[in-house]
Amino acid sequence: MDLSTRYMGLKLKNPMVASASPLTGTLDGIRKLEDAGAAAIVLPSLFQEEIEAEEARYDRLTEAHDESWPEAATSFPVMTEVKLGPHHYLELVRQARAATAIPIIASLNGITNKGWIAYAKSVEQAGAQGLELNVYFIPADTTLSGAAVEQRYLDILGAVRLAVSIPVAVKLSPYFSSIGHMALALQEAGADGLVLFNRFYQPDLDIVALKVLIDLKLSEANEIRLPLLWLAVLSGRVRASLAATTGVSTSDEVVKYLLAGADVVMTTSSLLRHGAGHMAVLLAGLESWLAAREFSSLAAVRGIMSQRKLADPQAFERANYIKILQTYGHS
Amino acid sequence: MSAAVRTTMDGNTATAYVAYRVNEVCAIYPITPSSTMAELADQWSADGLQNIWGNVPVVQEMQSEGGAAGAVHGALQSGAMTTTFTSSQGLMLMLPNLFKIAGELNATVFHVAARSLATSALSIFGDHSDVMACRTTGFALFSSANVQEAHDSALIAEAATLAARVPFIHFFDGFRTSHELNTLELLSDDAMRAMISNDLVRAHRARGLNPEHPFVRGTAQNPDTFFQAREAVSPYYEAVPAIVDAAMVKFGELTGRRYRLFEYVGAPDATRVLILMGSGAETARETVKALEAKGEKIGVVQVRLYRPFSAAHLLAALPASVTAIAVLEQAKEAGGTGEPLYLDVMATLAQGVGAGARVTMPRVIGGRYGLSSKDFTPAMVKAAFDELLQVDAKGGFAGRNSFTVGINDDVFYSSLAVDAGFSIEPAGTTCAVFYGLGADGTVGANKNSAKIIAEDAGRYAQGYFVYDSHKSGAKTVSHLRFGSEPILAPYLIASASFVACHQFSFLERQDLLRVAAPGGIFLLNSPYGKDGTWDALQQSVQQAIIDKKLRLFVIDASKVARDVGLGVRTNTVLQTCFFAISGVLPRDEALRHIKEAIRKTYSRKGEAIVAKNFAAVDDTLAQLFEVAVPALATSTHDLPPIVAASAPDFVRRVTARMLVGRGDDIPVSLIPADGTFPSGTSAYEKRNIAEAVPVWEAELCIQCGQCSFVCPHSVIRSRTYDEGALAGAPASFKSAPMNARGTPEARFTLQFYVEDCTGCGLCIEACPSLSPREPGKKAINLADKAPILMAERGNIAFFETLPVNDRARVDFANVRGVQYLEPLFEFSGACAGCGETPYLKLLSQLFGDRAQIANATGCSSIYGGSLPVTPWTKNREGRGPAWSNSLFEDNAEFGMGFRLAADKHLAMAHALLTRLSPTLGEGFVQDLLSAPQIREFELMAQRVRVAELKTRLLAIDSEDARDLLSVIDHLVRRSIWIVGGDGWAFDIGYGGLDHVLASGRNVNVLVLNTELYSNTGGQASKATPLGAVAKFAAAGKRVPRKDLALLAIAYGNVYVAQVAMGANAQQTLDAFREAEAYDGPSLIIAYSQCIAHGIDMRFGMHQQDLAVACGYWPLIRFNPEMQRVGHSPFQLDSPRPTIAFKEYAYNEIRYSSLARTLPEDAANLLVEAQAAVVAKYHKYEELAALDGGRFPPGLPTVATGAV
Repeated sequence: MDLSTRYMGLKLKNPMVASASPLTGTLDGIRKLEDAGAAAIVLPSLFQEEIEAEEARYDRLTEAHDESWPEAATSFPVMTEVKLGPHHYLELVRQARAATAIPIIASLNGITNKGWIAYAKSVEQAGAQGLELNVYFIPADTTLSGAAVEQRYLDILGAVRLAVSIPVAVKLSPYFSSIGHMALALQEAGADGLVLFNRFYQPDLDIVALKVLIDLKLSEANEIRLPLLWLAVLSGRVRASLAATTGVSTSDEVVKYLLAGADVVMTTSSLLRHGAGHMAVLLAGLESWLAAREFSSLAAVRGIMSQRKLADPQAFERANYIKILQTYGHS
Repeated sequence: MSAAVRTTMDGNTATAYVAYRVNEVCAIYPITPSSTMAELADQWSADGLQNIWGNVPVVQEMQSEGGAAGAVHGALQSGAMTTTFTSSQGLMLMLPNLFKIAGELNATVFHVAARSLATSALSIFGDHSDVMACRTTGFALFSSANVQEAHDSALIAEAATLAARVPFIHFFDGFRTSHELNTLELLSDDAMRAMISNDLVRAHRARGLNPEHPFVRGTAQNPDTFFQAREAVSPYYEAVPAIVDAAMVKFGELTGRRYRLFEYVGAPDATRVLILMGSGAETARETVKALEAKGEKIGVVQVRLYRPFSAAHLLAALPASVTAIAVLEQAKEAGGTGEPLYLDVMATLAQGVGAGARVTMPRVIGGRYGLSSKDFTPAMVKAAFDELLQVDAKGGFAGRNSFTVGINDDVFYSSLAVDAGFSIEPAGTTCAVFYGLGADGTVGANKNSAKIIAEDAGRYAQGYFVYDSHKSGAKTVSHLRFGSEPILAPYLIASASFVACHQFSFLERQDLLRVAAPGGIFLLNSPYGKDGTWDALQQSVQQAIIDKKLRLFVIDASKVARDVGLGVRTNTVLQTCFFAISGVLPRDEALRHIKEAIRKTYSRKGEAIVAKNFAAVDDTLAQLFEVAVPALATSTHDLPPIVAASAPDFVRRVTARMLVGRGDDIPVSLIPADGTFPSGTSAYEKRNIAEAVPVWEAELCIQCGQCSFVCPHSVIRSRTYDEGALAGAPASFKSAPMNARGTPEARFTLQFYVEDCTGCGLCIEACPSLSPREPGKKAINLADKAPILMAERGNIAFFETLPVNDRARVDFANVRGVQYLEPLFEFSGACAGCGETPYLKLLSQLFGDRAQIANATGCSSIYGGSLPVTPWTKNREGRGPAWSNSLFEDNAEFGMGFRLAADKHLAMAHALLTRLSPTLGEGFVQDLLSAPQIREFELMAQRVRVAELKTRLLAIDSEDARDLLSVIDHLVRRSIWIVGGDGWAFDIGYGGLDHVLASGRNVNVLVLNTELYSNTGGQASKATPLGAVAKFAAAGKRVPRKDLALLAIAYGNVYVAQVAMGANAQQTLDAFREAEAYDGPSLIIAYSQCIAHGIDMRFGMHQQDLAVACGYWPLIRFNPEMQRVGHSPFQLDSPRPTIAFKEYAYNEIRYSSLARTLPEDAANLLVEAQAAVVAKYHKYEELAALDGGRFPPGLPTVATGAV
């Protein structure tokens, strides 16, 4: 069975990619994922704010009391050869490259096109074969226009594109007014891949302590519908590779994403739930589905249920919505 | 001669630079002001920096200076090139070994930043009293006067000791030289190699002990030989001056810098000469040059080699024309016929005249100057010369012997009059003085500025920095000089053409413009802007600006710094202003240099930090304004009084002068001769260092007392009182119904002493009460102080009129009750969020009115007893902790002495009572003798009996009655406390502590465990945990902390508790009460967060909680009393670990920083540390599971009063 595929120019042995998670944050986890069949690894995101906050914290806490007391000019030993900010991340990229035969994709998470773009160059130099750009931006500023938000994505991508020559994917938000237009704009700005979608952190409220609850829920299979819709719409309409992410629980979701037009399928939640070995389960499920229908390759099924390929393209549009409403309660 | 490298560094660095490179072994221990030398050696060794022989010296921290000297001795006896660094008390601890090292003719150089010895008070500052105490050890004493000399002398001394086989103490003035930044020419490794003979190094090595050709050294001798053995060394000492001289000549040939044993500067035909050593000699040299240019026939002899004292060289240096000499000393030998150098000079001259080497005997007087870094100025030099001109009515010499200069001695009238207006500051020197806060980075920026300016050939810079006594909100004063000639002025700037005030509030406390030169520049960090600043200035400040014709520049540096994300660090902004308006360098060049310095300083901290500082430079100039100075002072307000008019006489006459920086003017008569100062003067120093302070929400408060329990500065006070007491309360005074049963009429008030608050926020984190309606609001919330200050002053004044709660009615058994006990330790200068002081406050609340405290030197003695003010205070009856500090190393023994004396006097009192019982009444006496004194009402009852006893005794005219009156206070059970940090308890004082615990005597030991040497800047102690980074353990501590608790438990009769109030306040309270009630030795080891842990101090108590939750810091109590009643004495008070060690540790930079420097080591150490935590907890669990019978019976204790 030929499961091979291409993702932002990288040739992959199958469509299963382990996306950013604590599992991909250690060499041990990466090795296990490779052993379980993952075709590529996306490393955890290097967060712009995290690096800057960490630097500021070190500066504040180690120097707040310096030079204010005659008996001690400082409170800490001089930290020579300090491994700043992304050091450990770059080290992980290097080690992962050395230890595995599958592509290692680094991930950058930031909201400005300022100094941290330099980290893109660093991860490339460390050996990353691709870069996923995660613009985790919640436009809480109500004066900010949609166009300005879009421009921010494009500016960041543009700056990164200038900095590196490895392929770059953008992890998209589902909240653009026109996702298709945005996808094309990103493609024009140099995106080699689009990852659908970013799951934004959605806080809950504690009504006893009157606090905002900060926790992260793993995604569920029923969440695949939004990315599925847009994969189906974009498939065949953009040159950039398409990656599906969110809600992969069993091989059924993998198959659905591929049918809708995904080049690769990413998963985090199922791996966190069941362990790295679940990657092999997903792959086996995919293979058995393909074999049962006598498909000999992945290419044969990819996108066959995308909007462009369907006999009834409207199934993905408003008509479908109306139909659902009309039939709701009758099924 | 190769081209010299110029650089700017301080004397410690300059000395260590050489000492490290010409040695193989350094045994070290931290002590101010020499610590930096040891830290640098340790750092360089950790970094792999090589010495001149291409190997990396081994650096070992020891448990004390005595230990360091022992290790040095051993390394020397094993043939290694070995050195150490120390000061003051450290040198005293080395004394026994100094005699040994010298007696065996070992070649070594000890580098000493000379410092005052503690007498009636400790002082960390510089004079020669420590070095002078080493005169009889047999060490050569070699003095340097400035940074360049310290650098050079370190090498000359090393070369000489190898040739002479006489060990050297190379010393320079603590702070004045050790901490002064100055421009110097750096010695190359080649120059060092040229000076150090490898043959002599190998000979030194060959003299080491070696089983291949053994010998015995260190015998015990009898009267038949010992004397001769001492005399056998004489030829070696005889040879030293010539050897040093030769080394100086060789050094001069190599470097062009020529030195002499006795350096004479002045007129060849001088009649008046000063003789002195150290940095004062430099001041004298420069003054002589200035006065000689005016035709004065004067000169100065700088002593470099003080021991062995070469009479011949001194006589050769002195012009024959000299008729009068003043010998100035930076030490006092009380009761002597003169200070040591004076006696040496006298003897030299007398012998010289007697032997015909000199024709006339000059008149010689001795004087003292500069004790504890008292500024020694050219005007004082001139005063000494003037004294040599004094004649009596008959024209005879009338110069006073044993004079002092630099103080006003109105007791013995020894002091010389000084012309304060006399100055020799060269016209080409620019002088600038900066007043800043420790936290704003002023000193660091000024150090950078000095280096920037001196970077280019032809420019020289000097920086000297003065700090106050506080660890929080400390004020710093930077004295910077720049010029085209080397700066040879080791004294403070008296007249500055540039004065900068980096905190507007300073203007309220001190006359900052006193130092401003007419026509100078005044730069002010002002929140009032270009147009509002003038009106915001005090009347006297305006007048000074007008009178001195100053140009006034203002900038809201705090805002600029905040806006670019630098927080309170205004240093880069104000440094930019300085360069922009002082004209020291062309503006563009200066800005370029500043940015280069920023990159150099901050690049290791990350690009974001660099970028913020660049932004600060770029944003500054647009916000810098010159204010047009009006012709008249228009302000309607002026400086407020420094202390309240109602303050005690001593506070108004003495303390207040120190508070405004005029302590130098206080005459001798006002200073207590024996070191006795009044308690509780911190209450008069309203420092107002917090901009945001806690505000109480009365209706939300559950009156639990957690906030006041954790408050490090005792600024939270609770009182409960009858409703009627509210009559006359200010409208803003807050009160709530008391929420306890059975008190329907009672009210409760939580009062914040906002002027004394540091704004640390611990109370807010401790507050458990959240508003059910307003998210995030607690019963205590931070608010800006300025709008509420006036009202709060009124509230505090009213609060203090409320009756103090009756101790006999307070429930001591829980935290809620303790809040009503008056703290008798308040408003100390400890760091904001200090983890130590809440324990001391608790001690003072529970036992303060009958406590006697021995306090080891360290943080707790510094914030506990540093002038100007004293935080240990007394209650309304006048009772409170009697506190004293002896030394660092002897504190357990010192406290033991308290116990012995108390036991003796109690026994005396009992015996006298028994003897007087027929007169006093047998029943009354029996009550006094047998009264239980554990609970508060029992103690109060005994106080009533003792008061009655006093009355009865005063009516009896007998020796017994008078004797009993002299010891009567011991009839109230005295609580003896021995307090100190882990540096004392785990390291330097451990031997004594162990002995005192083993004594069985009733002492209470409180170890404030920050797990490192906090006071000297965070060096590792044996309490430092595995995997934590500290100075002297830059690569992470490789062995676990010592378990002091288990060591003490091993005795069986010692009450032992390990506590962390942030994890379990009740357990802490229980431990304190049980320890104090136990009639035997007690030890409490208290987890104390510290700034050197690298945490946000606001969350310090939470961090304590995590330390316990992860099992790192199990809470335990070992109570021998429990065993006596058949129970297990060992109680484990904290549950099994619920979180991983990492979750606690990696909140702290002391642990997490290792992951940034040595990631693999950090990961391994983390695994080891986790394993150690689990193993330790299991061990404690096993102990807790044992029944009482399984513990060996403890040693007996010695009952209180037994003698």
